Amino acid sequence: MQPRRQKRLFAILLVIGLLTGAVAAMLYALQQNIDLFYTPSQLVDGLGKDKIKPQVGQRLRIGGMVVAGSVKRDPESLKVSFDLVDTGPLVTVIYEGILPDLFREGQGIVAQGVLQDATTIKASEVLAKHDEEYMPPEVAEALKGIKHVPPSQQQPASGSY
Amino acid sequence: MIVEAGQLALTFAFALSLLLAIIPLYGSFVANQRMLLLAKPLALGQFLFCLLAMLALIYAFRTNDFTVVNVAQNSSSTLPWYYQITASFGSHEGSMLLWVLMLAGWTALVAQFSKALPLLLLGRILGIMGVICVGFIAFSLFMSNPFERSLPFFPVEGRDLNPLLQDFGMILHPPTLYMGYVGFAVAFAFAIAALMGGRFDSVWARWVRPWALAAWLFLTLGIMLGSWWAYNELGWGGWWFWDPVENASFMPWLAGTALIHSLAVTEKRGTFKSWTVLLALAAFALSLVGAFLVRSGVLVSVHSFATDPGRGMYLLVFLLLVVGGSLLLYGMRMNSVRSQARYQLFSREMMLWGNNIFLLTACLIVFLGTLFPLFHKELGLGSISIGEPFFNQMFYYLTIPFALMLGLGPWVRWKQQQFTPLVKPLGLVLVAALILALGVLASMQSVQANLALLGMLLGAWVGVSALAEVMLRMRQFGSVTQGLTKLNASHYGMTLAHIGFAVLVIGVAMTKTYTEERDVRMQEGDTATLAGYQFTLVDVYELDGPNYGGQAAELDVRKDGRYVTHLHAEKRFYRIQRTIMTEAAVHARLSRDLYVSLGEELPGNAWALRIQVKPFVRWIWLGGLLMSLGALLALADKRYRRKTPPATKQEVANA
Repeated sequence: MQPRRQKRLFAILLVIGLLTGAVAAMLYALQQNIDLFYTPSQLVDGLGKDKIKPQVGQRLRIGGMVVAGSVKRDPESLKVSFDLVDTGPLVTVIYEGILPDLFREGQGIVAQGVLQDATTIKASEVLAKHDEEYMPPEVAEALKGIKHVPPSQQQPASGSY
Repeated sequence: MIVEAGQLALTFAFALSLLLAIIPLYGSFVANQRMLLLAKPLALGQFLFCLLAMLALIYAFRTNDFTVVNVAQNSSSTLPWYYQITASFGSHEGSMLLWVLMLAGWTALVAQFSKALPLLLLGRILGIMGVICVGFIAFSLFMSNPFERSLPFFPVEGRDLNPLLQDFGMILHPPTLYMGYVGFAVAFAFAIAALMGGRFDSVWARWVRPWALAAWLFLTLGIMLGSWWAYNELGWGGWWFWDPVENASFMPWLAGTALIHSLAVTEKRGTFKSWTVLLALAAFALSLVGAFLVRSGVLVSVHSFATDPGRGMYLLVFLLLVVGGSLLLYGMRMNSVRSQARYQLFSREMMLWGNNIFLLTACLIVFLGTLFPLFHKELGLGSISIGEPFFNQMFYYLTIPFALMLGLGPWVRWKQQQFTPLVKPLGLVLVAALILALGVLASMQSVQANLALLGMLLGAWVGVSALAEVMLRMRQFGSVTQGLTKLNASHYGMTLAHIGFAVLVIGVAMTKTYTEERDVRMQEGDTATLAGYQFTLVDVYELDGPNYGGQAAELDVRKDGRYVTHLHAEKRFYRIQRTIMTEAAVHARLSRDLYVSLGEELPGNAWALRIQVKPFVRWIWLGGLLMSLGALLALADKRYRRKTPPATKQEVANA
């Protein structure tokens, strides 16, 4: 082969090789890092048409409203547990650490963690958005059956505040 | 009145941008010199009116004019004056006006500082900038008017600025970031103008290079400031979250980095032409993708703006028109462009080509990782999230070969390089890097096979190699002092930016590996120990700020019994927005940060505190700063300011 063609062939093979490697590595990493989102009722009843329930030990995200009066703190450490709800069953979240600034009873939150048993999640992270009226969009959809419109977007009635 | 004047100024700017988009471009096709000459005054006038509009908006914020919806929702009379000014670009509408101002500013700069450009090319470039201006000014004027009034009923007090944005970093972050985003519009306009005229050569590349560098400089600085802001203001000591909005700024940065490297090849060797043009198109297209992601609300993120499907649709259509149109033109014209490629496998061309491949792979990963959840949801497969581990893992894989190559790259000659002459200097560099990396880690008693070791080795390799290379080049001119003045400013810029990358890699690896973090429950007088530091909670008391209340905690820090520093952490409650904000206490040193944030009040007169010791975290921002300085140095290169650039060997050969 001419050197020029040889070079071009090498370049093309290198690109194909790198691309294949990158895509394979990416798919592998993706597979391990996708966390499905559940609401409490989806977690208990199963998700989608086939009603697939998560397995114990699975990483997932859960979003719901914190049930009033359900927040229990351990007096000696930073352990805390609380219940989440959307339309039906309750799911318990246990967590150790500092809760976000906007964590409040009745407030919508999202927790990232591992399913410990059918209705308990051990959270590694609890998220609350910096907006008092915030509700995770998925929860709003499940609760109201409507697409979520953030409160900041609803036109405030003129002069009402 | 002033507000209406601002609205009027923006309308004038829109009219001028329409003229700018039509007249010079038409003039370039009918070869009408007078039409082409109109481009410059139109561009300057457009900028002037955009500036007037922005000043009017700032005036409305400073005078607490709550009849303006934007002011009422994003400011209050108790807000300190400097935040009242920054609040003018804290909302979607205001930031869009800032974006427009920056765009008009870049257009005016091109008009003012391109005396060397042929009139035809300049007219086309400004005309294309005008087309982009039309799109964005129309968006600001018709879809998100910052001057909208809520008369006759209006509130007597505003809703205050989001407390997250009440921070010094927020004064600097948005303007710099937008300068960067929008700056790539210039490279884009150069590329489209060149596609129209069919002229791509070293001279063209030399014209584009400073503009691409300037945009990259601002984008780097903007991203770095954003990271610094998040670290200080989000209260949890994170500096990069792989949040969709961060990713939106990272994608054009990666494409832009590839562009400035590819431009070097086009300038020096006259090859990689079509590739460079494609990158110039991609960098700006990704800026537009970023604008769309942040402003359409398709992705939920900490700092996305309030959502509106209409606005998202407008931006999506605009994005598709720009990308579609430019790719169509590219497809039609690029066939005729041929590069005379005469280079061997081991040559600087191939090294820079490799650089581009890695950067674009990184860009692709960020793109897919950001948009995959969106597709997944739209396809009805349920909501998912892709966490940090995915991005981190992918970037480990990419950084290792990238850094190894980066240490080698600057040593390799254009066209062809023999292996043997490089063995000795690179061997010395390798030994020096090994000694340096192991020495630093050994002095910290932490030589282990972990990420920190890898990062140190890669960082030392890149840094030492960059330094050694520039020293060797100086020696080729005789003595070091003689060489000091002989080398181009852009060569020093490159070296500095590469050292910046090395510093960044070391910072990331060390912080990731050796950060220690503890959530503790403390009463006054309690002491918590972390990484050899003793944190004692001295006092917790009530706060009283201008527009916030809350609590403050005072801590004393000791190490081995010796007093180190005093820390002051706050938990603020912003009264008007009724939000709680964590103001972390940070004690910064080059080798480590002490970071304490005050959590909730616990039963039993105790407080939850998060204490962190983060080694080398400053190096992350220092690295970014060095990269920006490198770009600044490269911009200072004399050859970008010559009026008539001398022909290169390549052009002489082609002639």
